[in-house]
Amino acid sequence: MSAQLVQFLLSGLTVGAIYALVALGFCIIYNASHVINFAQGEFVMIGGMATASFLGAGLPLPLAALAAVALATLIGLALVKFAVEPARGASVVTLIIITIGAAILLRGLASIVWDKRIHALPAFSGEQPISIAGATLAPQSLWVIGVTALIVAALWWFFNRTLAGKAILAVSHNRLAAQLMGISVRRVLLVSFGLSAALGALAGILIAPITFTSWDVGVMLGLKGFAAAILGGMGSGPGAVLGGLTLGLLESLGAGYLSSAYKDAIAFVIILVVLVLMPGGLLGGRATERV
Amino acid sequence: MLALIAAVALLPLALANNYHYEIAILVGLNAIVCVGLNLLIGYAGQISLGHAGFFGIGAYGSAILAARYGWPPVLALAAASAAAAALAYAVGRPILRLRGHYLAMATLGLGIIISIVIATEDRYTGGPDGMSVPPLALAGFALAGERAWYWLVGALLVATVWLSLNLIESPIGRALRALHGSEVAAEVVGIDSARHKLLAFVLSAAIAALAGALTAHYAGFITPGKVTFLHSIELVVMVVFGGMASTFGAVVGAAVLTALPQLLTVFKEYEMVVFGGVMMLTMIFMPKGLVPTLAALRSRFGKAP
Repeated sequence: MSAQLVQFLLSGLTVGAIYALVALGFCIIYNASHVINFAQGEFVMIGGMATASFLGAGLPLPLAALAAVALATLIGLALVKFAVEPARGASVVTLIIITIGAAILLRGLASIVWDKRIHALPAFSGEQPISIAGATLAPQSLWVIGVTALIVAALWWFFNRTLAGKAILAVSHNRLAAQLMGISVRRVLLVSFGLSAALGALAGILIAPITFTSWDVGVMLGLKGFAAAILGGMGSGPGAVLGGLTLGLLESLGAGYLSSAYKDAIAFVIILVVLVLMPGGLLGGRATERV
Repeated sequence: MLALIAAVALLPLALANNYHYEIAILVGLNAIVCVGLNLLIGYAGQISLGHAGFFGIGAYGSAILAARYGWPPVLALAAASAAAAALAYAVGRPILRLRGHYLAMATLGLGIIISIVIATEDRYTGGPDGMSVPPLALAGFALAGERAWYWLVGALLVATVWLSLNLIESPIGRALRALHGSEVAAEVVGIDSARHKLLAFVLSAAIAALAGALTAHYAGFITPGKVTFLHSIELVVMVVFGGMASTFGAVVGAAVLTALPQLLTVFKEYEMVVFGGVMMLTMIFMPKGLVPTLAALRSRFGKAP
């Protein structure tokens, strides 16, 4: 394997891990409510921007990051409380438009509360690059990949081994039946929005030292996360991770070997081809319509 | 229908200056796109997050043919719309088999690919800086001035609405609504759902391209900003905001969401916050969209003694 290829693979995996985290956020909310939360990217933005501003206020990095995740989680809960719950009974499309409105609102607030400049976070453990098979890797990439792996493992444990996680899965399979079993759908909604917001914020903090952050980074990252979630099969956790990593690798290899201007276009062409061949995504179920 | 004609005919009385005309023209152009898009989203029930791409093909296609190859603008406009329709036909056949969010993703991807191509191929399109577009002219007579444009766009809007209303009441419209309800059930009663979905997709793409070409010729300048996926989402929001499966809803949605940012400029840096807030509140309290909700209210009060 040439050093160049290793380099592309490493950077692809790093970006892919972030896409996977965002995609998992989409996935969790989709499972609980069938809503595509277009404000997901804004949680990523809030994570990065809030950490930068808490750092500026003199907090140490771990504390600033923790506070930023908490802030994003609160905003996620507020979104359920003040936007999704009052619109109970509205169609899914209406709920999606509400999340688009929320995204615009949050972007506007961010540009006022913080500013419209680009901010950088310091790397978590220095800038000294590590050499792997002739390629160089920033220590921050290890943080991104490592934390993502940890989160994926923790989510697996949560959804398969805890009662709360199983309750969310039950609601995603059959809302009414879950309700009849005594599961509070309201609480499931709260937990899933809070969890998704926290995941998004974490992704934003992890990637900020590499790609910087600003009030409008949420648009592109949200879009990529959505693409990754769909590529993997909407609602499938392993699918979201696979979709995220695939998308990251496609972009990095496309930029490296074909054309950097067309790297996004290459990724989307491949997604289109995959969808035409596999209409349910890579790991999506073969859903059938009931008449 | 009469109300719309009256509104278009009487509106100039309320328009005081060229700036007002300009907004009215932009509203009209967006409304034309939304009426077309509503056929696809509201009636056929197929989402598209890529219509800014077709809008862009119309705008840039017409601009490039007219500016770089010296085509007469009217011919360029027709050719660009035909090209968008042809692309919609070619791409629509495979991707319209997808459902729901997967279709949303596919159309989103299509729109993004188009916008990347437009932003990158700067030899033809001028790249991110945009390109200037010659004015619309027919037989040596150039269409200039806000007023002339207002009447052209107004007439086209009325024609589009008329086409849409007629289509919806035709067997094709019934077929579209049937497959919105249930695709399987529609096929059982003998409706070729693939053909009808494709028809709505191609028609809405051609209308979007036509409006795109007109926008380019009207403004005299076009940038890739009009082709981004944010613009696609804006268009869908207009349709849902006004009321899905309501032709007049699409017109009202386009009017409100085009004019609102102009009014909100008084809020300066709070503009986005207010805009997002208005959007959320409207959808929370009028989940079916403006026009259907108001119509339901009117009939409720109409029945009261």
